[in-house]
Amino acid sequence: MSNDSNSGKGCGNFDKARRNFLRGIGLGTAAAVAQPAWGGQTFQDAFADFFQKDYRRMSAEEIEAALDRIERKAQARYDVEIDCQNTPPQSGVVYGYAINISRCKGYRDCVHACVKENNLGRDSQMQYIRVLEMDQGDFNLEHSDHYYDPETVPVEGKHYLPVQCMQCDDPPCVKACPVEATWMEPDGIVVVDYDWCIGCRYCMAACPYWARHFNWTVPEIPAEEMNTNTHYLGNRPRPRGVVEKCHFCIHRTRRGQQPACMEACPTGSRIFGNLLDPDSEIRYVLANKQVFRLKEDLGTEPKFWYFSD
Amino acid sequence: MTVIRFILDSVREMFRGPREYWIWLAVLSLVVIFGAVRYSEQITEGLVVTGMSDQVSWGFYISNFAFLVGIAAAAVLLVIPAYIFDRKDVKDVVLVGEGMAVAAVTMAILFVIADLGRPDRLWHMLPGIGRFHWPVSLLAWDVLVLSVYFLLNLAIPFYVLYSRYRGKEPNFRLYFPFVVIAMFWAISIHTVTAFLFSANPARPFWHTALLGPRFIASAFASGPALIIITLQIIRKLTSYHVSQTVIDLLALIMTTALQISLFFVGAELFTDFYNEGSHAASIHYLFFGLGGYYSLKGWIWFALALNLTALVILMIHPLRRKTLMLNIACVMTFIGIWIEKGMGLVIPGFVPTPLGEIFEYAPTSVELSVAAGIWAFGILVFTLVAKAVIAIEQGKIFHSKEEQRYTL
Repeated sequence: MSNDSNSGKGCGNFDKARRNFLRGIGLGTAAAVAQPAWGGQTFQDAFADFFQKDYRRMSAEEIEAALDRIERKAQARYDVEIDCQNTPPQSGVVYGYAINISRCKGYRDCVHACVKENNLGRDSQMQYIRVLEMDQGDFNLEHSDHYYDPETVPVEGKHYLPVQCMQCDDPPCVKACPVEATWMEPDGIVVVDYDWCIGCRYCMAACPYWARHFNWTVPEIPAEEMNTNTHYLGNRPRPRGVVEKCHFCIHRTRRGQQPACMEACPTGSRIFGNLLDPDSEIRYVLANKQVFRLKEDLGTEPKFWYFSD
Repeated sequence: MTVIRFILDSVREMFRGPREYWIWLAVLSLVVIFGAVRYSEQITEGLVVTGMSDQVSWGFYISNFAFLVGIAAAAVLLVIPAYIFDRKDVKDVVLVGEGMAVAAVTMAILFVIADLGRPDRLWHMLPGIGRFHWPVSLLAWDVLVLSVYFLLNLAIPFYVLYSRYRGKEPNFRLYFPFVVIAMFWAISIHTVTAFLFSANPARPFWHTALLGPRFIASAFASGPALIIITLQIIRKLTSYHVSQTVIDLLALIMTTALQISLFFVGAELFTDFYNEGSHAASIHYLFFGLGGYYSLKGWIWFALALNLTALVILMIHPLRRKTLMLNIACVMTFIGIWIEKGMGLVIPGFVPTPLGEIFEYAPTSVELSVAAGIWAFGILVFTLVAKAVIAIEQGKIFHSKEEQRYTL
């Protein structure tokens, strides 16, 4: 399987001024001739959207034009001015995640931060992170409670296991996709081109971690809650009928920030970092803690570990 | 151009017939239109109008798809005796079987398209302008083998019929290589469809090497069941000669295939239940329910009862020889396999989810209506094709320089 990606191509130092200028023109025309017949888009935008190439084959100019269309679409649909970026992967970086399950108290702050950060549909109640509640002494996922709702957590005698996309190094979802709409980026993040996905949902059948989610309808996001800092491969508003998943907050992490789930965690259970940096905290955990991965027997090589104190 | 005349004459024949024929076409068309109208709901609202969810992300559409690929593959059971063993009686009806394959593949492809979140992006699959993830993606494989199978089953009958139309015997040496390819291809379409499911360790219920053989065995039971019924209808409604020996042969094949198919089901049940690990959760859900949820339980036991009863009828020679009993066994097998390989195979793969959640699925009225529309469309395609095939085979339409193309 080839993991080659030329995603970095042409998105290095794009000309912000020029993009803002183009955006200005775009908004002007969109406002002037926008018709609901094209889903609130101009005919040109709808036409260009339809014939848009897949992300990895777009030239720098084509990506810029696509980003501008995404921003115009968000304006038309949600009445919000978003900034859609295409920050490239940093060289020498492969991201990994580790969770200290003896610290996790099941607060689900990570879940809610993720929903806000990543512009997940509120009506569809899509969540990239599931926190499973299990009895102490039991680690059978089939005995887990996905919808635990006590007055306070943690509940005596229970333990908690947050699950999200494992960013597998040999991802079965990527193999499954018939149109190569999902792939692993050079920094190890498995991404989806929402504009290329045909919505067959074979990847959802292939994923052993239930990490992939489908937009059964247009995601509804209140304008005031929209996170306007977005990325093409990440949290930009998604169209209907396509699959999406956790992308390690690609719009944040590629700029050196933490993923939102880690930032939100009040217990410090979450550790994220560069697997290629021997001095990183994640490397410390891997070297000094007893770690395990979920369903390791399936050979998917998750870049997501669990450990306990 | 003779080819154009051939096509025109065939099309004209498709739309010629008594009142009852027209009523039949009209009824089918109405169901197709009804399905299309309901499909437009799905297009405007999204797949939210179906019963599918993130938990059970494939449903009734893919269930029908899996079943219909088997029906398409079963045409090979006429192709082999006709062309390899040179059985004249089977040769007479082999084109009807190939017409059925064309209709079944058409339906299978329509079911996949109905299931897509973005049918407008289907062109993304085209090699060249799109990205066709072949040979890695099993879904890409399925698209490839189904398309080629569709073309093979169009091309071979087209050539044979075109030769007949011109009053010539088709050149056996010319089309025989394609017949051989089509034979292997028939096995491949259903094997690839089984691999589509069994390729996923994420879904233990599907992840078994037995799935491919099971698919073939059940297809060779349900396919002949449908062909036997169809041939009898043709014999009754037209003057076309359908030899009883063909039906006897198909009944025998069906008996053996159903025996093997049920043996495979038994093997599956034993392996999963003798030491019941978490691997068996899905099959437990299917047959006995899980955590208080058991919506498929009644269906699978019903299917098993149908298949077993059919098998008893088929295995007792005097019973199988009785037309009525044979027909009852055929209907039972067809429905039984449709449940077993449809909903009974696809849905439990998703229950419980890989994270152990139990979430049930039931098709909505949109899904049922769209499915009805697709089935009606397939039957319509088959009716029209069979009408033309029979007329040409009987020599009712042929090419003539004197412009006297119709005789009775």
